[in-house]
Amino acid sequence: MGLIKVNNSRCKSCYICVNTCPKGLIKKSNKTNRLGDYLVEFDDKNNECVACAMCAKRCPDLAIEVYK
Amino acid sequence: MQAVFSTPKSMKEDFKFTFCPGCDHGIAVRLVAELIDELNLKENTICSTCVGCSVFLYDFLNIDCVEAPHGRACASATGVKRTNPEKFVFTYQGDGDFASIGFAESMHTAIRGENISAICINNTTFGMTGGQLGPTTLMGQVTTTSPFGRNKEYYGYPVKIAEQIALCDGTAFSARVALDTIPHINQAKQALKKAFEVQLKGLGFGFVEILSSCPTNWHMTPEEAHEWVKNSMIPEFPLGTFKDLTEVGVNK
Amino acid sequence: MSSEKVLIKGNYAIAQAAINAGCQCYFGYPITPQTEIGEYLSAEMPKLGRGYVSAESELAAINMVVGAAATGAKVMTSSSSCAVALMQEALSYACSDEVPVVVVNVMRAGPGLGYVYPAQGDYNQAVYGGGNGDYKIIVLAPATVQECIDYTYKAFYLARKYRNPVILLADGLLGQMMEPACFGENPYPEVDVSSWALTGAKGRDGKAIYSCARDEKAHIQKIHDLFKKFEIITENETSYEEFETEDAEIILTAFGSMTRNIKAAIRVLREKGVKAGGFRPITLSPFPTKRISELAADGKDFVVVEMNMGQMFKDVKYAVEGKSNVSLVNRPCGEWLSVEEIVSSVEKILNKKEGAYASCI
Ligand SMILES: Cc1ncc(C[n+]2csc(CCOP(=O)(O)OP(=O)(O)O)c2C)c(N)n1
Ligand code: SF4
Ligand code: SF4
Ligand code: SF4
Ligand SMILES: [Mg+2]
Repeated sequence: MGLIKVNNSRCKSCYICVNTCPKGLIKKSNKTNRLGDYLVEFDDKNNECVACAMCAKRCPDLAIEVYK
Repeated sequence: MQAVFSTPKSMKEDFKFTFCPGCDHGIAVRLVAELIDELNLKENTICSTCVGCSVFLYDFLNIDCVEAPHGRACASATGVKRTNPEKFVFTYQGDGDFASIGFAESMHTAIRGENISAICINNTTFGMTGGQLGPTTLMGQVTTTSPFGRNKEYYGYPVKIAEQIALCDGTAFSARVALDTIPHINQAKQALKKAFEVQLKGLGFGFVEILSSCPTNWHMTPEEAHEWVKNSMIPEFPLGTFKDLTEVGVNK
Repeated sequence: MSSEKVLIKGNYAIAQAAINAGCQCYFGYPITPQTEIGEYLSAEMPKLGRGYVSAESELAAINMVVGAAATGAKVMTSSSSCAVALMQEALSYACSDEVPVVVVNVMRAGPGLGYVYPAQGDYNQAVYGGGNGDYKIIVLAPATVQECIDYTYKAFYLARKYRNPVILLADGLLGQMMEPACFGENPYPEVDVSSWALTGAKGRDGKAIYSCARDEKAHIQKIHDLFKKFEIITENETSYEEFETEDAEIILTAFGSMTRNIKAAIRVLREKGVKAGGFRPITLSPFPTKRISELAADGKDFVVVEMNMGQMFKDVKYAVEGKSNVSLVNRPCGEWLSVEEIVSSVEKILNKKEGAYASCI
């Protein structure tokens, strides 16, 4: 059982994490950052996140923290 | 719940990366920061920074830094190390900085076997100035100053930096890594660790060339850029370790 | 060693004085007429457990010096004219970085390779700098081997006191000549560099030494601060020598080893009944503008004698501001202007009674 927190002030909406999570738990959200890009959100209704940290390791902006 | 992945302690609390979205510079800086934490180097480090997209490195890392002019980071680091042999000294440079304008300084620092570590971010272009042809631009690659692609008649050939550095007698470790996949990111960290450790053991020049994406100047999405690293860069710039004195013993 | 007189070459005197001043590491690349400085230090520094780096170029050498100086280390490089040209970029950085860099330039001829004839053609290069942007360097010009020693001590002190690069501007004549000189003790106190030197972020946040401020406003402020600092340097450190200016009607002005020849020319002119005096800036930067202006206001004319095409000449003119006549006696390089040449040129100028240009071929 895992959980991630996205730091919206660091996220630059590159969507690498969206494409990385093997369980598809990170999605584009409706919220935008100050540049007007859509931020991402963690959506894990079924508690699928295994805290593998693959999303965080590929995030170039250190915007993801992973908890277990 | 416990954090299993968080920001390295040696990053500045309020750092704001000045890199473009999806740029691999950010991953490379994180790996450096993690190693500074893991090897407990923060209080003993002096970094020579470069001119390029990573020019503001000293705003990201909470360590002592001295800014070198474009290309001169290895010379600056030599000065730091020779007068402070007990300090951990490293450079973080672009491919243009390390292998074009500063190649003489870089090579001679390796040849002298300066006991420092150097990191070169190879993104096949002068990123900061808007994507011109540089020393590592691939044959056929279109840039703003090679609009018809790199050809040997006008531009000559790209340089294989890690192999060249490995040829220097003073080099203790030289490797090329990439950041396009998680296994490659893990390998990159191992290589950086070795390049740091050879300095800590006093074996000589430690070097890592990191194949990195530049989505902005390549006009690609971050994922396309990583595909391009895999399909176009790695075949030309093979990953691997080209010299490792920890495996074969100390240079005589 | 301290109080005894030794017969020593200028280059060796500079090298030994650097050691006495506490230079921890020397970085350099050979070029005539100053190669002996590096040769001497390559032999002496290892004996003292200090550093010597045979740099691959002057470009590398000066950047090594800047890197080392950023950690508070006392370091130097030495070179000559066309090779000091390669250091200009880093000197611009070093001024903005505020790191204490010491550079010795034992001048040869220019432009270009310029061969090894003696010359004073790097006045502009040193005083105005060949790097980009607004910056100022402290420039000391010795006239004797003794002064090579004294001003080497001073260069290390001023560089650290003001966190500003210092150039010791000697010439091939001084570098190669032997004279009796005395090393004495380095008269200057240690300067505490702990507030800014990079030592590793132990028990504190990381700090950085860099040349460009983050935004336009901060950068403008930084340049103003650097110039305010140089005003203080000008106030405290401007240094010059005057001889027989009191009753003088015409003042011969020279820097560096040409000072020796104007001193002799003044004696000859005085014997001939000409009321000649001498003025010699020791700090070429800061330049003794104020004092020259005062002398000009007293109606005294100036004759600038130098081995270049009139580089210091224009600074004297600027200081005089039309209050009196300023003439130039010069040769671009090669054989030093002799006392006889200077005397006859001054006489020609006096006969014409107006500003003249008496170039000696
Ligand atoms: C002496 C000098 N020449 C040129 C420049 C302009 N310049 C700044 S960064 C840069 C290229 C940087 O490319 P690289 O080192 O590959 O780093 P990247 O931005 O790609 O990370 C250039 C040419 C400069 N600052 N100084
Ligand atoms: S930690 Fe793993 S499973 Fe959880 S969101 Fe990130 S990539 Fe997906
Ligand atoms: S990888 Fe990082 S920066 Fe990119 S979208 Fe995800 S959280 Fe944002
Ligand atoms: S220009 Fe390229 S290398 Fe520079 S920050 Fe942007 S993506 Fe990264
Ligand atoms: Mg680049």
